Amino acid sequence: MRIELLPRRNVSLAARILAPLAALAVSFVIGGLILAAMGRSPASAFDVYVVQSLSDGWALQQLALKATPLAIIAVGLSFCFRANLWNIGAEGQYIVGALCGGWIALITHGSDAGAWVLPAMLLAGIVGGALWALVAAGLKVVFGVSEILTSLMLVYVAEYWLDYLVRGPWRDPKGFNFPQTVTFDPSATLPMLGGELTVHAGVVIAIVVVLVAAFILRFSLFGYRLRVTGEAPRAARFAGFSPVATTLAVFAISGGLAGLAGVIEVSGSIGQLKPSISPGYGFTAIIVAFLGRLDPIGILIASLAMALTILGGEAAQIALRVPFDFTRAFQGILLIAILVADSLVTYRLRISAGRRAAA
Amino acid sequence: MTIFEAILLTIVTASTPLLLAALGELVVERAGVLNLGVEGMMVMGAACGFAGAVTFDSTLAGILCGILAGMVLALVFAIAVLGLAVNQVAAGLALTILGLGLSGLIGQPFVGAQREVIAHLSLPVLSDLPVVGRLVFGEDAFVYISLAATATVAWFLARSRAGLTLRAVGENHGSAHALGLPVLKTRLLAILFGGAMAGLAGVYLSLVYTRFWSPGMTAGRGWIAVALVVFAGWRPGVLLIGAYLFGAATVLQLHAQAAGFGLPSQALAALPYLATIVALVLLSLGRKGASVAPGSLGQPFAPDR
Repeated sequence: MRIELLPRRNVSLAARILAPLAALAVSFVIGGLILAAMGRSPASAFDVYVVQSLSDGWALQQLALKATPLAIIAVGLSFCFRANLWNIGAEGQYIVGALCGGWIALITHGSDAGAWVLPAMLLAGIVGGALWALVAAGLKVVFGVSEILTSLMLVYVAEYWLDYLVRGPWRDPKGFNFPQTVTFDPSATLPMLGGELTVHAGVVIAIVVVLVAAFILRFSLFGYRLRVTGEAPRAARFAGFSPVATTLAVFAISGGLAGLAGVIEVSGSIGQLKPSISPGYGFTAIIVAFLGRLDPIGILIASLAMALTILGGEAAQIALRVPFDFTRAFQGILLIAILVADSLVTYRLRISAGRRAAA
Repeated sequence: MTIFEAILLTIVTASTPLLLAALGELVVERAGVLNLGVEGMMVMGAACGFAGAVTFDSTLAGILCGILAGMVLALVFAIAVLGLAVNQVAAGLALTILGLGLSGLIGQPFVGAQREVIAHLSLPVLSDLPVVGRLVFGEDAFVYISLAATATVAWFLARSRAGLTLRAVGENHGSAHALGLPVLKTRLLAILFGGAMAGLAGVYLSLVYTRFWSPGMTAGRGWIAVALVVFAGWRPGVLLIGAYLFGAATVLQLHAQAAGFGLPSQALAALPYLATIVALVLLSLGRKGASVAPGSLGQPFAPDR
């Protein structure tokens, strides 16, 4: 048997849009089969995961809150992935961003510091996340060390750093020995959007980030430069695009955005620092970036779809006693399905029987 | 048994899973494929190995289940990257995410179960020698298998005809294909071997190292194994040294935690990961930029004719 991949000449827009949807459908089927094998009813699981999460106003707002960090991180990662650079340590940059922003909240705690606290926190988060990512980028451009491995190793380091701070020097002295900091002051908490809404301003920040990134990637020279660097590195060099500058820039952007997501989460949703501040947003965002085809608008939609799996996963833990690991497995299946679907859009598969003709 | 002896024995236990997993990944990468799913295959091996051993009440059944689990995940990876030319980095990540989730589901009914110590080699006189007795002649089967596998892989890559084919495929898949070498078949076999070794490494973790299952118990060891392959410059002999150095660092870190030293335990726990980064930097300094990575590493291969 012989398998051939033949590039398709022109790919219709419909096929490009349908591919992620097909991947989603296939993943739902496989996920349903796994649930059935676990002795749970796939129909009631679909109800808990999808229908209930989409059917009342409160759940929809929760969905937006869960999608916020995912969208912000994934937009940053799309800059890296477009340039064929692999920052897979967004989880660590998210944590360091939360640490740096949280630090500002802690030192201003109890003081009557005013409106500057929140902007300072967001800025500190961006800078912290960017610097953490630049460690990996710097080691790559100076020493040629694989950014994949270093960015990932730094996730573990960041996790232990956070763990140390909230159990040690930053622990709330009146917190009955719980490993957590004091609750942030109102001046260090992201405001709610007002009215009946339970959604904080981070959602707005996410939409702004998506729109700005969409503009940069579509219409700026920088966006073009990333595409060339990723798809034709030699051409990029001839065009005078420095690979070193590109590497540093995309890591600073992706790290900064991951850090921003970290501050938004602790100051808007959690309200304090704890040993665990993320259900793996940094890793899930990698899937979001691919599901959204590395396009900011696509990522916005994809982040809502992935937020649904997180929200549904949390609901299913209670309603169906399905462990959260199922959600992780589902996300892995989804990522593989997206990649395969993308490949089938780009290539036509020809399987012919018989042995290969003489070369 | 002295403390010194005990430390040496634990170093062997800590190094063996790293060596097994890294050896598999080394063969995969020498064939020109970058599989970043080692962590996922390893944790699946740990879960299925433990589940198999408890269900059938047999260590051997556990080993087979673990190896099979690693190979099944590897097969999924192979279909995606070989059959459909999917990006290898992304597919490997997907494999890790999938493995971490799926292993949690499979292992869940077995949380809290415990396995007894598996048999260690016991030779008359030799195993009772002071200091070296237990260390050299009293290890479990995995340790001897890992060492034998290292020697076999070294011989296979350097001396055998199939090993030459594998290296040619990894260095330049275009030329290898032009010479009529079976690029995709070679890579498929290499990827399956990598999966089996990662699965075996996982089995070692759950059946020997801890003797219980806990979710996510690989704790980044799969990634460290990938780093070790780079560290070793894709050479099995150096890989052996690297794995043991790394195992030693991990064990000494644990003893340092116990002894105090005034450092926070989290700082010491982060050390293996920092050490990996430092090792990679030092290594690249020593090489002065000349890359020794297989030429076609990570590139998809689609034969044009």
